[in-house]
Amino acid sequence: MKRVVLTGAGTVNALATDVPGTLAALAAGRSGIGPLDFRDVGRLSVRIGAQVWGWDESRFSAREVALYDRFTQFAVTAAAEAMAMAGPGAEAGAGVIVGSAAGGIATWEDSYRAVYAEGKSRVPPLTVPRLMLNAAASHVAIRHGLHGPAFAVSSACASANHAIGLAFRMVRDGVAPAMLAGGAEAMLCFGGVKAWEGLRVLSPDGCRPFDLRRNGMVMGEGAAIFLLEDAERARARGAVALAEVAGFGMTADAGDIVVPSAEGAAAAMREALAEAGMAPGEVGYVNAHGTGTQVNDRTEVAAIRAVFGPAAAGLMVGSTKAAHGHAIGATGALELLACLSALRDGIVPPTLNLTTPDPDCDLDHVPLTARRARVGAALSNSFAFGGLNAVLALRAA
Amino acid sequence: MDAVREQVIAILARQALLSPEDVKPDDSPDTLGLDSLGLVEAIFAIEETFGVTVPFSPNEPVAGQGFDVSSVDRIIAEVERLIAATGR
Repeated sequence: MKRVVLTGAGTVNALATDVPGTLAALAAGRSGIGPLDFRDVGRLSVRIGAQVWGWDESRFSAREVALYDRFTQFAVTAAAEAMAMAGPGAEAGAGVIVGSAAGGIATWEDSYRAVYAEGKSRVPPLTVPRLMLNAAASHVAIRHGLHGPAFAVSSACASANHAIGLAFRMVRDGVAPAMLAGGAEAMLCFGGVKAWEGLRVLSPDGCRPFDLRRNGMVMGEGAAIFLLEDAERARARGAVALAEVAGFGMTADAGDIVVPSAEGAAAAMREALAEAGMAPGEVGYVNAHGTGTQVNDRTEVAAIRAVFGPAAAGLMVGSTKAAHGHAIGATGALELLACLSALRDGIVPPTLNLTTPDPDCDLDHVPLTARRARVGAALSNSFAFGGLNAVLALRAA
Repeated sequence: MDAVREQVIAILARQALLSPEDVKPDDSPDTLGLDSLGLVEAIFAIEETFGVTVPFSPNEPVAGQGFDVSSVDRIIAEVERLIAATGR
């Protein structure tokens, strides 16, 4: 069994189009949520989100634009930053796993609009390779010459954590010396938001995790990709470890398709701690799933209390979703950046908009402003529709 | 030069990342540097531009059976034939 460290990170999200900008925005308590801007947005009843503002496709060639849905564009941009950070030799033997809930949904939408709404009889020839869920993973592999294991995983809002957790176990078990892993999502298009609207879980006016006034989630988009690497190889290459991935837990509620269960979430946290050999008292920070819906936040706090017992009192439990939005299948990867901020930089990002604490959410939720703290270990929670729970356990490098 | 010829050459040139004056009548997709994805993109653009359906399949046992893509001149002739068949 090998120790696994993160030696590269990259991101595109509403806060910034790179890691330093994102960490600075998280530390400053800035939010990327604003009025949505895309075709037909006026026909939506929910019109706020954390969009990647001013994204310019002209950074890609015409052929690449024909092949890259927005989620792939985010993924390849984030992966390039991660590989540049990881340095020479990082690509040898490596593979890639990219999590996404909806893949190329805008490409589906454009092709359906063409044939249904506009009465066209054909769609662009590259529609299939553009919309497929594995497009992001494949293009990352192509661009960096990664010949190792490569595939996509899809588990709604837990997709990125499943991707990173699987990559962690593959590197730990010696399947590959390094894996790029993370999530990419671009559901902020008319059909994507319309579908979420139907479920009545979106807030019309803001994301307020753990706050008494919370009234739903706010969607985001983007990607974050990390290089997970055998610690020995990383040291031999002279690569700098950002943090250690120490454990992973995944469980299924096998209950309701949308209502979360505290037991399933708690079981995933316990598994991650056990795999990491981590005592509850060792953990300083939990990046919560913290969506800002009534039921998630209450259930998650109950689950954390069940797992940590008395140690919950010494825990910081923050949600960064009011900053980068709920980026669905990419969200766990964005939240891993918040964990890096805590573990590497000693800066715990705040839970924005938390001004009226809910008596049912009575942990230290790091309200409003970032906090300086020494954090030796952290958990990152993701709980998906479908009752799928994925939790990463990390240590400072 | 007639409009169809000019437009077909413009489509092929755009996909091949060439300027139209560098596209010669006896060039083939290969000599233009058009790969298979570039060729299907060009065929799509031809269909959209001229309102025709191009019976081209890269899977035919004999390539170009339904639509001859062996040279720029042949492609233009085929497009003209398809336009004529629409009766416009």
